[in-house]
Amino acid sequence: MENLIGLLVLAPLLGAGVLLCGGRRLDRTGHWIGTLLAAASFVIGVVLFADLLGRPADDRELGTTVFSWVPVGGFRADVGFQLDQLSMTFVLLITGVGSLIHLYSVGYMEHDERRRRFFGYLNLFLAAMLLLVLADNYLLLYVGWEGVGLASYLLIGFWQHKPSAATAAKKAFLVNRVGDMGLSIAVMLMFTTFGTFAFGPVLEHADQAGEGKLTAIGLMLLLAACGKSAQVPLQSWLGDAMEGPTPVSALIHAATMVTAGVYLIVRSGAIFDAAPDAQTAVVTVGAVTLLFGAIVGCAKDDIKKALAGSTMSQIGYMILAAGLGPIGYVFAIMHLVTHGFFKAGLFLGAGSVMHGMNDEVDMRRYGGLRTYMPVTFVTFGLGYLAIIGFPGLSGFFSKDKIIEAAFARGGTEGWILGGAALLGAAITAYYMTRVMLLTFFGEKRWQPDADGKLPHPHESPRTMTIPMIVLAFGSVFAGGLFSLNDAFLKWLEPVTGHAEGDSPLTATQVTAATMVVLVVGVALAWAQYGRRPVPVTAPPGGLLVRAARRDLLQDDFNHVVLVRGGEHLTRSLVYVDHTLVDGVVNGTAASVGGLSGRMRRLQNGFARSYAVSMFGGAAVLIAATLLMRAV
Amino acid sequence: MSFPLLTATAVVPAAGALATAAVPAARRTAAKWLALGVSLATLLLAAAQLVRFDPDAAGPFQLTESHAWIKDFGVRYDLGVDGISVVLIALTALLIPFVVLAGWHDADPLEDSSTRWRPTQGFFALILMVEAMVVIAFEATDVFLFYIFFEAMLIPMYFLIGGFGDRAGERGEAETAAQRSYAAVKFLLYNLVGGLIMLAAVIGLYAVTAHQLGTGTFSLTEIVQARADGRLEFATTTERALFLGFFFAFAVKAPLWPLHTWLPNAMGEATAPVAVLITAVVDKVGTFAMLRFCLQLFPEASKWATPVILVLSLISILYGALLAVGQRDIKRLIAYASISHFGFIVLGIFAMTTQGQGGATLYMVNHGISTAALMLVAGFLISRRGSRLIADYGGVQKVAPVLAGTFLVGGLATLSLPGLAPFVSEFLVLVGTFSRYPVIGVLATVGIVLAALYVLVLYQRTMTGPVAEPVRGMPDLRVRELVVVAPLIVLLLVLGIYPKPVTRIVDPAVEHTMSQVHQSDPKPDVHVNDVEAAK
Repeated sequence: MENLIGLLVLAPLLGAGVLLCGGRRLDRTGHWIGTLLAAASFVIGVVLFADLLGRPADDRELGTTVFSWVPVGGFRADVGFQLDQLSMTFVLLITGVGSLIHLYSVGYMEHDERRRRFFGYLNLFLAAMLLLVLADNYLLLYVGWEGVGLASYLLIGFWQHKPSAATAAKKAFLVNRVGDMGLSIAVMLMFTTFGTFAFGPVLEHADQAGEGKLTAIGLMLLLAACGKSAQVPLQSWLGDAMEGPTPVSALIHAATMVTAGVYLIVRSGAIFDAAPDAQTAVVTVGAVTLLFGAIVGCAKDDIKKALAGSTMSQIGYMILAAGLGPIGYVFAIMHLVTHGFFKAGLFLGAGSVMHGMNDEVDMRRYGGLRTYMPVTFVTFGLGYLAIIGFPGLSGFFSKDKIIEAAFARGGTEGWILGGAALLGAAITAYYMTRVMLLTFFGEKRWQPDADGKLPHPHESPRTMTIPMIVLAFGSVFAGGLFSLNDAFLKWLEPVTGHAEGDSPLTATQVTAATMVVLVVGVALAWAQYGRRPVPVTAPPGGLLVRAARRDLLQDDFNHVVLVRGGEHLTRSLVYVDHTLVDGVVNGTAASVGGLSGRMRRLQNGFARSYAVSMFGGAAVLIAATLLMRAV
Repeated sequence: MSFPLLTATAVVPAAGALATAAVPAARRTAAKWLALGVSLATLLLAAAQLVRFDPDAAGPFQLTESHAWIKDFGVRYDLGVDGISVVLIALTALLIPFVVLAGWHDADPLEDSSTRWRPTQGFFALILMVEAMVVIAFEATDVFLFYIFFEAMLIPMYFLIGGFGDRAGERGEAETAAQRSYAAVKFLLYNLVGGLIMLAAVIGLYAVTAHQLGTGTFSLTEIVQARADGRLEFATTTERALFLGFFFAFAVKAPLWPLHTWLPNAMGEATAPVAVLITAVVDKVGTFAMLRFCLQLFPEASKWATPVILVLSLISILYGALLAVGQRDIKRLIAYASISHFGFIVLGIFAMTTQGQGGATLYMVNHGISTAALMLVAGFLISRRGSRLIADYGGVQKVAPVLAGTFLVGGLATLSLPGLAPFVSEFLVLVGTFSRYPVIGVLATVGIVLAALYVLVLYQRTMTGPVAEPVRGMPDLRVRELVVVAPLIVLLLVLGIYPKPVTRIVDPAVEHTMSQVHQSDPKPDVHVNDVEAAK
């Protein structure tokens, strides 16, 4: 069984290698090779899952060390895998949703001449993501962590003839690198503190390290999580990442990669549990981001960017839950899985709409699409109901639990966090209803594209609708299934631990409050976008709306402070290097050696004669030393 | 007497150089093949060194050869390799065939008709001559012997930089020649000044040994032994002065901030293969010599100078990276990136931890391979368009996807992406530094963000976006060019995933060096292993 774990990673890695090095002759079959290997990985995942289920709850952990990777002195990094309930959950999500999105891409990328390469990158992503969740130490996790960053870079910039795509890809990689810096510092801290960075010993002995060290490690891990999971203040790349093809947005920038930060924090639970200050930082980041993303999501007219804001916000919920410690870990992961279904479904739906609308992304130019694309409408609608937390659907179960857990933190903090989570739920209901109404309801506001052609919306081919239908099933039933007998809680508890908090509100009160804010959010959106006709060009809007359209001015801040400031810094350094450093060193040398006059002459063309004379001098020296030996 | 493998590894390229130079003018192609053959033969000899080298053998040096040379001054022809030098010799011997192959047409006459054209032979002969001298410098265990070749390699390098460059392009022949000549002279003067100061220190070292031991010696092993026995003791100021003399020369060669400004000129004006020769091969002698001579001859002074050197390395890392971001010339950008990387190497050496020094040695190897990959592909690109300016490119990915892809892999190696070789060494250097000097370790980590910036900006501006007019119709990599790049990329992958064959050889040598400097790694706060053992 243990050997299968490596195969899980190897199958898509092999696909990436074959597709990227295979050349043109694979153009006609490449996409099926890629899809098949993704599916193979999923099948292996299911086999391993069955094996784990067959074991007693406290013995569901498989581990294997493949080889010793970097052994230098006391520094030992292995390539080793660890499969427990937490990684298993991720494996199924990644390979399951991953396979569906491979299938969807077969249709979606049909007319792209570089489709083979696209599937190579997708397979590379799967391999890196699986490595990330299966690694048994932080350094190997780091390899997967940057590996998914690379895949994300390649896929965001897939249409790199568009300068906007190339810029977005670069931005994503750079912002992520800032986060990666946090992860590498965290690994270094672990090494100096514990002498190792393998999960087992570090997490087992975490409590012996002292709170200061653990807080530092926790904060660095949080920085890493902020980068990968697009949390404030490192969230700015996710909106731009929508430049990538839509299946990429669904798989990487919604369902899997962006949730890696949540995995990191939950996996490192033992560290955070002993570092309350770091936990406070985590919940703060989560609460701020869940509101930030939601507000941005309200203001975007680009359907993918609205969904990107939503992703940020939903991951904010997960980070919040993860920061709550054992009260929240299980629910963070549960929301992560249900979100994986409904958000991937929503993105695939958005892609299907764009497919039928000549790649138009502006929702103000949609309208009335429900009759033209019935399958898309129904699956998207189910995803919509799931994300706003409609009773009985997936999001209802998982989000409700997080709101409950936030209140259960207790004290003023509990009220603040719970309040933020509730407010976020209201805004979610608002912006998602807005997306739904603008796209599928109301009158047709279709506009001719650049070539003057009016769109002819049509349902997408079967390779695209089947994945949407499967994901819609997940969006509807996953939450209920997970909550049946607390199945998900019982499954994960042996790894993450679980505690019941001391909530000032009962579960029923929380649910009731959630329902109230849900209705308010939907009603507000209906009043604005359902009852009144929607203008094709966006109205100017108030100060907040305008700020939200610009990602709450964070990009402007980045541009002015980091980009402009950085440009000035490098430009002045180039000047300094050329005049000052070079000048001073040359000047010193010249004045010390009295060389300045000679240097000028040398530069005027005497160089050759000088070198020849030096060569002659060296020859004489060598001859002399040889002679002396004879003496 | 057994076969003198170390001598042979240097004599073969030296003899090959002479033979190449002697090929008649009309038979240029024969000269190229001869040079390639000689470089491959040298590679075989270097491989034989690796095979015969035993990482676990006792004693500092293996495969030793020892002959008296200048008896009156105690100069000996002493050769020997430890795990560090044997790996660096292998790197050198590995890179030269690629340099030769990549530079296949770099010294061709402009018009094929000129039968009296000789520089082609000269170009390849000089490359082989540099190889021979670098190999001897890595092998020498006699300080004076080392010094001679450390200095002598400047001569062929000078002619390679000053005599051969890219096509003149828009700048015009005269302007290009003037720039090239300036770069060559600057290279020469910087390194000569460094060498002169080192010569003074070498003589000083002789004087001290002659005074205290009765007979003067330049032998590294003898001096180290005498210091261990207490027969030889340096006065504090003497040791520091001698250390500085050696270190200055190596810091020019490495190069370390603020002595770095010759490198962008030299790498910018030289052809890409020669630029690789400079940064991947010749400069490594500088960092290698810090490990071998500075630390082992002057351990106390090394510790004394450590804080300043660490700060200089840190400045190099950040300053080099920032300057790389600001460059408009592809080759100068890579040169500044190398300055940043040399900062990492020196940082690792003087962090005085096993991880730092092991990482630094591995870094020398990996930087050699990754810079060779990036620079050689950049050279192929430049040769197609005749311009080094980033702004003259754009959208190359669309017309030459393989060229763009290999350039990206070289770039990703330069920014130390995990999975590729440089990640392992960079992380080891960082962790080795961090465990003793946390603040410097953290600040150096900023370098990884800046590296991503300069690499990705370079890639974006040259390879992506709409196809620039002059780029249209640009041919993709040719077979000869693929033969150069593909093995380098494979090596980057292999050493990224399985670096053990190298660390296995380097490790004992590093531990030996550490014990020479009387240093041991800091212990972790929580003794996880002790806890495990107690259970």
